[in-house]
Formats: sequence, structure tokens, C-alpha cells
Amino acid sequence: MAGSALWFSLLLAAAFAGRATALWPWPQYIQTSEQRYTIFPYTFQFQYHVSSAAQVGCSVLDEAFQRYRDLLFGSVSFHFPQPMGKRHMSEKNSLVILVVTPGCDQFPSLESVENYTLTVNDEQCFLLSETVWGALRGLETFSQLVWRSPEGTFYINKTEIEDFPRFPHRGLLLDTSRHYLPLASILDTLDVMAYNKFNVFHWHLVDDSSFPYESFTFPNLTKKGSYNPATHIYTAQDVKKVIEYARLRGIRVLAEFDTPGHTLSWGPGVPGLLTPCYSGSHPSGTFGPVNPALNNTYEFMSTFFLEISSVFPDFYLHLGGDEVDFTCWKSNPDIQAFMKKKGFGEDFKKLESFYIQTLLDIVSAYGKGYVVWQEVFDNKVKVQPDTVIQIWREEMPVRYTKEMELVTSAGFRALLSAPWYLNHITYGPDWKNIYMVEPLAFEGSPEQKALVIGGEACMWGEYVDSTNLVPRLWPRAGAVAERLWSNKMLTNLDFAYKRLAHFRCELLRRGVQAQPLSVGYCDVEFEQT
Amino acid sequence: MAPVHPNLRAALHHLPVHLPIPVPRQFGRAGKRHMSEKNSLVILVVTPGCDQFPSLESVENYTLTVNDEQCFLLSETVWGALRGLETFSQLVWRSPEGTFYINKTEIEDFPRFPHRGLLLDTSRHYLPLASILDTLDVMAYNKFNVFHWHLVDDSSFPYESFTFPNLTKKGSYNPATHIYTAQDVKKVIEYARLRGIRVLAEFDTPGHTLSWGPGVPGLLTPCYSGSHPSGTFGPVNPALNNTYEFMSTFFLEISSVFPDFYLHLGGDEVDFTCWKSNPDIQAFMKKKGFGEDFKKLESFYIQTLLDIVSAYGKGYVVWQEVFDNKVKVQPDTVIQIWREEMPVRYTKEMELVTSAGFRALLSAPWYLNHITYGPDWKNIYMVEPLAFEGSPEQKALVIGGEACMWGEYVDSTNLVPRLWPRAGAVAERLWSNKMLTNLDFAYKRLAHFRCELLRRGVQAQPLSVGYCDVEFEQT
Repeated sequence: MAGSALWFSLLLAAAFAGRATALWPWPQYIQTSEQRYTIFPYTFQFQYHVSSAAQVGCSVLDEAFQRYRDLLFGSVSFHFPQPMGKRHMSEKNSLVILVVTPGCDQFPSLESVENYTLTVNDEQCFLLSETVWGALRGLETFSQLVWRSPEGTFYINKTEIEDFPRFPHRGLLLDTSRHYLPLASILDTLDVMAYNKFNVFHWHLVDDSSFPYESFTFPNLTKKGSYNPATHIYTAQDVKKVIEYARLRGIRVLAEFDTPGHTLSWGPGVPGLLTPCYSGSHPSGTFGPVNPALNNTYEFMSTFFLEISSVFPDFYLHLGGDEVDFTCWKSNPDIQAFMKKKGFGEDFKKLESFYIQTLLDIVSAYGKGYVVWQEVFDNKVKVQPDTVIQIWREEMPVRYTKEMELVTSAGFRALLSAPWYLNHITYGPDWKNIYMVEPLAFEGSPEQKALVIGGEACMWGEYVDSTNLVPRLWPRAGAVAERLWSNKMLTNLDFAYKRLAHFRCELLRRGVQAQPLSVGYCDVEFEQT
Repeated sequence: MAPVHPNLRAALHHLPVHLPIPVPRQFGRAGKRHMSEKNSLVILVVTPGCDQFPSLESVENYTLTVNDEQCFLLSETVWGALRGLETFSQLVWRSPEGTFYINKTEIEDFPRFPHRGLLLDTSRHYLPLASILDTLDVMAYNKFNVFHWHLVDDSSFPYESFTFPNLTKKGSYNPATHIYTAQDVKKVIEYARLRGIRVLAEFDTPGHTLSWGPGVPGLLTPCYSGSHPSGTFGPVNPALNNTYEFMSTFFLEISSVFPDFYLHLGGDEVDFTCWKSNPDIQAFMKKKGFGEDFKKLESFYIQTLLDIVSAYGKGYVVWQEVFDNKVKVQPDTVIQIWREEMPVRYTKEMELVTSAGFRALLSAPWYLNHITYGPDWKNIYMVEPLAFEGSPEQKALVIGGEACMWGEYVDSTNLVPRLWPRAGAVAERLWSNKMLTNLDFAYKRLAHFRCELLRRGVQAQPLSVGYCDVEFEQT
């Protein structure tokens, strides 16, 4: 029954989708009609329902109301509607918001309930949600329902929406190590994530190339590891800004400090942290992954991750664990001795496990959960059962669909990223391939599939910085956003194209430098001011 | 003492902001003249001519001498002076303390190839005028000297035609907002001229003309489904006299609007299916004795068009199909080679075109719209235009090449990062000495140049991992 109701609503809505609405991502359940109501920007307001647990003073929604006013109408001033005067049935003067569960000052979490219903009919213009996070999702949808006639009048059609995300973890990864991204780029990205209902910002802060994170426990990490400690760093204030900016948009910040590989930039600031590689019996001058054979290493990690655990409020930290190259470890005599002492033989995966297990215990003791890259699972590291495994490798050691099967059948929660590496650009409309990925298309029981908590689009930074980030991200990442939010049955590319093309023009209108999907035009083309 | 020509004066104002405008010392002023200071760059242009347009034959040589005695730019023409000014602007550097310097330098410079072009497609996506003008600026930084403007195509007709206003009214995406007025076109031509850039306008026929149809009923071939028109249209209809009357009038306009000696007449990808289906065309084929060979029909159209355009005193560039399909063209036709593998590898095509005595432009390996993951600038850079079998006389027929940025997936949101610095690899390959093939040396300079582009406000994307002192932030 739900299926046929969905199809009916799809068909119905499809008839109107091409006209005025650019809904992205598509709601779970929507009914719409030709009947429309006028909205006057000067008198329209967002209002809290008297029974709403969230009221004026709820920063998340107060600020959202302001943002959406600006998005919808530009910065027009608000005038209170005339008290006398007919109340026109064909006008909507306000959207009334009712949030059921109190809680405005918290951070969003993996468990946050993002459901909402939106009702626009003769009697109501009403947004109902469980939490403020759901209200944010509903406000975004509302902003996409309002359209403008060629004469300039604002309208919204009679609409009934029930909506909730298919997956709770819908993330976007930015890499600020290969290229420093100015703070504005990050904040702008959070804005557009919110338009797409992304709810996790996976911040890959540091890596081999540079260490822009300003550490207060180890300031030399930044001083010696950043591209330029005067200009190419994220201060404590910057980080706070990002976290709060994200929170106000219902976006979690999942911070990643990837070890033991991908750590070259940590070396200059913490002598002795990285493994010195050997050429025969002499150090070669180059360094490899973090040195797992020294107590100092774990003391450092303890202190460092205490800082990280306190700076980043989300329950989860991403601890990396990918692409650990064993060559350097193998060459180092101290490591060889350690391997012998531990009885690891020649199996460096055991050494890697030893490091990571110790690290995971450290982080757990700080009351944090963690996400790791798939190698941690592939290399049979002993991890806690509530570890989240992020699957990023397309073909090795197995096709990613097979990896999904293996990870979930071992009882771990999984995040899918492998087919969603947006930095892998090609000529043509690759958004289609991105869109047609079905995260649960692998062999497994329903219980297994329930362990897939979502996925992340990844924009690695080797060839990306603030000059090309925005057009490379949008609207392509939108294809991932819909796949993670909307109903599984949404696989019609024509229907998706219509809406995504329209949504892309709306992004332009909102000042986002989103690139075209294919031949065509928007009413107002992008011009830098 | 040569007066300062308006072109050069204008050029000085287009220099990046950090370049000090030379303030001549007043006579009789007390104060030591520091040997270690340079207060002016003196420019000497040998050949008069400031109000002309650059041409294929323009001499772009210059020498730049910075030593104890001089700070001197000598060039044959104003166009060479422009090239020298750009080089000068790249020699000036700034210490961490903020002082400007230029090193003692001796430069003799001239382009390897005279035609160094960039193609923009304003039909698949409309490009705001500012995007075009900005592109011309960065072309000048790279010493590109031809803007190949692919104005119209199947998708839209943004060129505002005064002889056939309906072309624009009915063919543009939006005739109120997505067009290039006569004034816009003039602006582009003059903006380009002030940078020593020729505007090579392309009006591609007989294929790629769907957007012409609504404005000129009867111009395009109605395709047939059996014995009835299917409702769709194909290439320009070569069987009607009206077609050639239209082309005559239209290209008279184009010839007068665009001052360059050359026009690009297209001629690529003519799909014969629609022609084949149309009974009038079939009848025409019979009448002309073309048999079943539609290449002969295509030839007939193009030859007639070329004669029309020749009569207006214009030369022309055409895509390689015109040559491949054995159209009879004038010997001074320029053939633009764009197909990588079909009908033959492009190096082979270069050989065939030049051995037939035609001048050639290389584009095939330089389709910048074909993006891939990674540092593809290297592949772009390592192309050697003369790496084909041929005599020196043949190779001399290669007059240069063009980087092409087709617009199916490109508009003003992603044009700049997709163009730069990748197009720079083409620019150096066409300007510099053939022997420059060391990728490390190129990388060092191109990465540095990319940071300079950022400083000049150009949204040029990174070549690889790294950073610039000041990263790009939109204001």
C-alpha cells in the first residue's frame, strides 16, 4: 500500500515537478496540487506554535528563520500584517512551527530524529517535527516549495509532506591538508550541505601534506607542520566557529586525525613520533608512519586525543587507519626488535593492529566512539563492536559491495564512500552514476543491511582548493544527498535530472557557484560580484 | 622620442596593480640617481600602427634588456610590446619585506607559432560578457593571441543578428538576457585588440545549426519518417536557393562585424541521415548526379558557402571534415584538426593535411573540456605539434593550435578553474622553444605562475598538492 501511494504521489508530483518546484532531495511522501497560495514577503513570518517545545530564544530556529527569510525574499524588511483587513484564504502569512521535543542547545547526533511533516492547505501552513533538527529539514523543504511567477509574485502550492531520512549518517568529507581551505570555504560548504540535507561534516583536518589544525597541547605540530602558521591554519576560534555554524544547520562535525599512516606533517613538530626509515643500517633521512614501538608515541597520542576529544563535541571521532605502508617499519631495526619481542613474526598487520587497538582504547577511555577506514577491519584489528567502518576502496581487496557484506556480516556498522569519491572527475554527466548507487545492493540479511548507517561523499584535496571546490562539489554531491535521504525506489534519472537541474539553478540564485549538469541555462547565470 | 601610443597607454593601465606606473624624473632635480633602482621601463616600437587589428602575420618579437644602463623594451610592433610588457610583469618580484625588485635580465623572445588560440563555446551555455572579457585578460597573461569564438550551435543562438533578428529572438535561450548585442560584440573585439588578441568568429554550418531553425523557417532540412516529415530537423538544406541567399546576406553581416581576415565556417559533424530521408534532397542529389554520395552534397554546400565568403574578402578556417570529405577548398584554407582517432590518429591527419598543402591548426589533444582526475596538464604540455611524418615545408604549414573549451558541461561557474592553469600548458607549447619538455622545470614555473594568477584575481585551480601565499577567496 505504501508503495502504491508513493508511486501515485510520485506521478502526481512529477506532473508539477517540472513547473515550479525544485525539490531536492525528494521527500518520502508528498502530495501536491495545482491550488496555490500567495505569499507576501513583507508580511510573511515564521512563527512558533504556542505548544511548541522550541520557542523564541531557540537559537537554532531563530537563526534559521532569519536565514530562510533572506533566502526566500532577499533582505526585505518585515512589516507586521495589518490587523484589520480581510484574511484571504488564498494567502499564507506565516509558517507555524511546532517542535515536540525540547532541546535547542544540544548538538545533533547520529540518533537525532530528523522527521517532519509539512502541511500547506486552506486551514494551515504548518511544520511539525520531533526535534529542532527535523524542523531545520522542514524549513529547507519549505524554502524549496515557494516559487515565483514571472511577474514576481511568491506562491506556494497546496502540499502535504511527510518526510524523514532513509539513512541517519549523510556526510561530506573535506580535506584541508592537501590544500588549505579558507574558513569561508568551509562555512559556505556547510550552507550548501544544509540545502541538500547533508548532516555530517567529515573534517579530514590533517594528513601527510600539512597540519593546519592549531593544537594547544602541541603547538609545534601546527607551527612546523602547517603550510604557513601565520596564514594557513585553523585556530581554536576557527574550529569553534565551524562546529557552531554546523550545529545551527543540524550538521555534526566528525573530526578525523588519521594515524598511523598519513602523518608526515606531524613529524617536524613532534620529533621521534614518526618511524625513521632505514636504508640498510643507516637512517635514510625519510620518515614513515607513526612509530608504534615507543611508549612516547602512546603518551603523545593520549595527550593529543584528550585535546581532540574535548575540542570536538560529537560522540564520534574518525581515527583514520588507512593505507599504512609497512616498508618503513620493516626497514627500521628498532621496529624489527619490537616485532620479535611481541612475537608478531613477519606480520606487520599485527603491529598495525597493536597500534590501533591501543589508540582505540585511549579514545574509548575519553568516552568517544570512533569511525575508521576499512583497512582497520580488513587487517583484522580487534575493535569494539560499536566501531563504524568506512568503506572507501572500490576494488581492493574486494569490490566494495562485497566489503559491505563482509563488514556488516561481522556485525559492524558501515558507511559507504567507495563509489562517491567526488574528487574523481571525468568528462560528462557522472552525477548519474553517483545517483544510481544503491547502498544496500549487497548480499545480506535485513539485520545486516540495517547496519549500514549511511555514507559520505568525499572530496579529497590533492587537486582541489577554494578555486574549484564549489563547482566540483555541487550539484554532484547532491546526487549522494538524495540517495542517502530519499526513498530507495527513486531511480528514475529523468525525474532526478529535472529536479536536480532546477535545484542547480536555485543554488545559483542562492549565490552558490554550482556547475551545470548539461546543456541549458538558468534565468540568472553566475557572475562574480 | 616616440609619443606614447594609446594602445600602450591603455596597456599600462591593464598591468597588474603592483606594477608601478613609471614616473619620469624631473629635469634638474637634486638627488642621487641610484644605479640599483629602475624608475622606468622605456619602450621603443619600431613599426607604426596602433589602430590596426592584430593579424596572423603580426610580428610579436620583442627584446627586454634590464641592466645597469637600461630598462628597455624593444619591439617591432605594438603587439610585440604587449608580449614584452607581460613578460616584464612576470619578472618583477617582491621580497617578504614588500620591496619590488627586478633582476638584471636579457630576453629575446618571439612565438614559435603565430596562431595560439583558445576556443570558447557560447552556445551550449551562455557565457556572461564578463566571463569572456576575463578570459581575454588571462589569455594575454599567457600570450594567447586568438580568441576562437564558437558563437552559435545546436543549443542556442545568442549572437544578435541585425539582418535576421529572429535568429536571435527565437534561437537564444532568452532573448532578453542570454544574448550578445552588437555592442557586446564590439566590446569583445576591442577588448581583445587592446591585448593583441584576434577574434576568430565561428558560425558553424551546415551541421550544428538546430538553433537557427526557429528564426529562419525553411533553412534547415525537415527530416522524414517514411513519406511524412517527422517534425525534427537536420542540417542546413543545401538544395534550396533560399539557403544560399540567406547565407549570402548573413555572412555579409558577419564579414562586416568581425574585422579579422579569417572567419571560421565550421563544417564539422554533418549527419547525413536527415538529408537522406528527405525526398527533395534525394531529388536534388539525382539532379546533381551525386548518386548516393552525400559527401558530394556536403561539398556542394560548403564550396558554395566558401565562394560566398571569399567574395567578401575573407579567408576561412574549417574543421577537418571539410578536408576529410574532399571538399574543394581554396589553397589558403586553414584546416583545424580536432579528431583524436577518427578517421585517423591526429598526427596522421596533420601529415595528410599539410602534405596536401593546407595550413593546419592543432586542437585534437587539447580539448580542455575533457577533464580527468589528476595532473593532465602534463599530457597537454608534452604534445609536440610537429611530431608527424613530413618535410620541413609541410611542417611550416602548421601555423599553430587552439585549446578548446566546449560548453556542454561548462559555464561561468566552472569555466575559470577548468581553463586555468591547464590552458597555460598549451600556451607554452605554442609560444616556447620545442626543446622545452622537462616537466619538473615546467611544473615549478607553472605552479608559481598559478599563484601569480591567484594574486591577479584569477580563480585558477591548483596543479597538485601545495599552497599559495594568498589563497583564493571570493570577495
